[in-house]
Amino acid sequence: MAISLKLNGKTHEVEAEPGTPLLWVIRDELKLTGTKFGCGVASCGACTVHMNGEPVRSCQTYIEDVEDAEITTIEKMEEDKVGAAVQQAWLELDVVQCGYCQSGQIMNAVGLLRENAKPTAEEIDDYMYGNACRCATYQRIRAGVQRAAKILEA
Amino acid sequence: MTAHLSRRGFLKSAAAAGAALYIGANAKGVMAAASSADAALNPFVKIGADGRAIALIKHVEFGQGPATGLTTLIAEELGVTMDQITYEFAPSDPQVYNNLLFGPFQGTGGSTAMANSWMQYRNAGAAAREMLISAAAKEWGVDAASLDIVDGMVTGGGNSASMGDFVAAAAEMDVPAEPRLRDASEWKLIGNDATRRLDSPIKVNGQAQFAMDVHLDNQMVVMIKRTPQKGGVVASFDDSAAKDVKGFIMAQALPTKHGVAVYAENTWAAMQARNAIEVEWDNSAAESRSSAEIKDEIMAALDAEPTYNVNKADRAAVKAAVDGAATVLEKTFYFPLLAHAPMEPLNCTIEQTAEGKIVLHDGAQMPTGPHMAYQQIFELPADKIEINSMLAGGSFGRRATPDADYQVEAGLAFIMTDRSRPVKLVWDREDDIRSGYYRPAVGHKVRVGLDENGTIIGWDHQVAGQSIMKGTAFEAMAVHEGIDHSTVEGIADSPYTIPGQSLGLTDTKKATSVLWWRSVGHTHTAYVMEVMMDLAAKAAGQDPVDFRLSYLTGGGEADRKAAVLKLAAEKAGWGNAPAGHTQGIAVHKSFGSYVAEVVEISGNNDDGIVIEKVTAAVDCGIAVNPDTVRAQIEGGIGYGIGHAMRDQITLDGGAVEQSNFPDYEPLRISDIKEIETHIIASAEAPTGIGEPGTPPSAPALANAIAALTDDSQLIAELPMAEAGVYFA
Repeated sequence: MAISLKLNGKTHEVEAEPGTPLLWVIRDELKLTGTKFGCGVASCGACTVHMNGEPVRSCQTYIEDVEDAEITTIEKMEEDKVGAAVQQAWLELDVVQCGYCQSGQIMNAVGLLRENAKPTAEEIDDYMYGNACRCATYQRIRAGVQRAAKILEA
Repeated sequence: MTAHLSRRGFLKSAAAAGAALYIGANAKGVMAAASSADAALNPFVKIGADGRAIALIKHVEFGQGPATGLTTLIAEELGVTMDQITYEFAPSDPQVYNNLLFGPFQGTGGSTAMANSWMQYRNAGAAAREMLISAAAKEWGVDAASLDIVDGMVTGGGNSASMGDFVAAAAEMDVPAEPRLRDASEWKLIGNDATRRLDSPIKVNGQAQFAMDVHLDNQMVVMIKRTPQKGGVVASFDDSAAKDVKGFIMAQALPTKHGVAVYAENTWAAMQARNAIEVEWDNSAAESRSSAEIKDEIMAALDAEPTYNVNKADRAAVKAAVDGAATVLEKTFYFPLLAHAPMEPLNCTIEQTAEGKIVLHDGAQMPTGPHMAYQQIFELPADKIEINSMLAGGSFGRRATPDADYQVEAGLAFIMTDRSRPVKLVWDREDDIRSGYYRPAVGHKVRVGLDENGTIIGWDHQVAGQSIMKGTAFEAMAVHEGIDHSTVEGIADSPYTIPGQSLGLTDTKKATSVLWWRSVGHTHTAYVMEVMMDLAAKAAGQDPVDFRLSYLTGGGEADRKAAVLKLAAEKAGWGNAPAGHTQGIAVHKSFGSYVAEVVEISGNNDDGIVIEKVTAAVDCGIAVNPDTVRAQIEGGIGYGIGHAMRDQITLDGGAVEQSNFPDYEPLRISDIKEIETHIIASAEAPTGIGEPGTPPSAPALANAIAALTDDSQLIAELPMAEAGVYFA
């Protein structure tokens, strides 16, 4: 089926079978590779993108369900106030190790800070629970979200 | 200070020639210099006429930090800031880019990236500095000893010019055999806590290119339908249903018959098509046992006389001492198979160039492995094969299989085509969990005898499990007199002085493919040693820290181990835990480094146990990038504790029962509330940091749980959740 996909502020005409996960359209068709494949079952969060501003797992979001939505990926976060603050905090604290999960971590963290400008450690743990990091950078992710909140507050 | 008058002249000639200074090694492995990329030399550092430097990183970057660390060494010796240098990954070249601890083999493992590169990269940076200075001294007519390179400028005696001005002249000079290394008192970058990771910016904006992100023109995606039972082979397959999948190209059994290669236009089509293929497996030679049977075999081996007497002790005498002791402690431990599960599922992409070269794009942990394998598969000489080393999304050992498993799969899938289209091999998470190479299942049985004063007088230690090294290319290096050292490391070479210790080893029958897993044998040996030390301390009525210190008396490495133990205890407030909190401690040496960890827990086993804090102390020699050292300790703790809490791979009828993160649950952000790491100041050469944080983490948690519950049986078999520990 032909679909008009609104992604990062542009409309892309894509051809995909119904049931195709948004993840594979983003990665294989649009060649935006910042969004990662980790598990395929919405259990790790590496594929997190924003749908109308809210984090969703693109491996379990199907192409036929996103036609009227605005999709945003990690590649657009520099232009987003909250996204840029999270990226700055991640750089200050050197949150990343292998880095493969970090696009998803950042997309989810932006979703959290949009909802809750000053999350507690417990609120961060609750919201970020589904984003796995096999390098176990969690302590810096927690600190990074709190640092980003401070950057945004200033 | 003013710029030297002749600068313009240099700039002109250098820029015109596109000149550069390359410092590296020639084909004989001898340090050499060249002025362009065409020279027969693979460099460690390239310096352009624009004064920019590039470090060539011979180790894979999968988070442990060599891209920043090795670049730091070059920058320090050369005399540039971290902003004036960048990095590239080195090509495959086992003569020049070999791991100096592995022989003529390029690879990353055993936490050796910094340890083996420490002198090599500093020497390369220092040689470049001396040559640039010599060129400047000659040009200016001054004594080279009066010059230095500071922030990329050759400076001294009133002269100052960009080092880029001298690259052409420097490249004509002989490379100094023993360049002067900067004294530690001169260091600006080594040990500087302000240094940030060079790979952070691209990892926060989606620009980092992992092998999974390769997308070559006209590529096909290949996924393999694999045997559920290790050792099974394809008898026949039916791909008729796959033909209904849009984008499906073809399916062919691998020449090894270990699976069916499914070719498609893109990843999703490959996944769909693979699901649609029916395979008839011949499992006559496959593993068919269940985990319970394999465990029974391991446990039975612990009660028999061991095949190998590892430390050549008089076991009968040790047993007699234990039997006659005032107090006898006996404990049997079991450790399950574990998967590595790096975030980036295994993958690589292979293409043939117009000139007939084979190019592999891979987050290659051991480039020499696929490089050698491809010479056989494609019947090509080494120089017709290129490996484009890319960022890897984790490994924990998995990307370094002695048989180059996934790269060989990709090679076989490619050679079955006409090679006109690149082939990208993709594993999904289910492949990763089910078709992996696992940390072997291992059992330990320990009997410790204490005299009436609580002093150890005998320690009979038996280990049984599947050997990692036997039957691989690493056997000659790691197996001696039949003993696979990687099964007993951490006991056989422990800095503890334990009187009357016997150590036996029995290899059990091959159950699956096994592999080193972050910290290898130390994953289980540290656990057993440190849990037993705690049990012995308790039986002796002594404090666990004081008890351990009484066996760390030999000086040298015992002193270093004692120092981290004391520092961790001090920083954690050992013995003064807040009300409702319980502490456990463990200390272990691995990969040349010493790490002690205190785990503090709260709650109870009815309502749930919470890990409140982990306090670590590490001595890894000179901490080149201290923040990377802390990050690796944090990650190593998480990796060790997460698996000990709740992960295992089990077999049913030979087939792996787990399939993805829902049933191989990773450590989550809420599992550990805080980690604090303290680094011991040291003048010793750097040792490992990627792995040493892992071994003490699980036993420190276990000791805290045993102290809280007074039930050491809860922690005798892993994972803990399976044995009855309830984590909140």
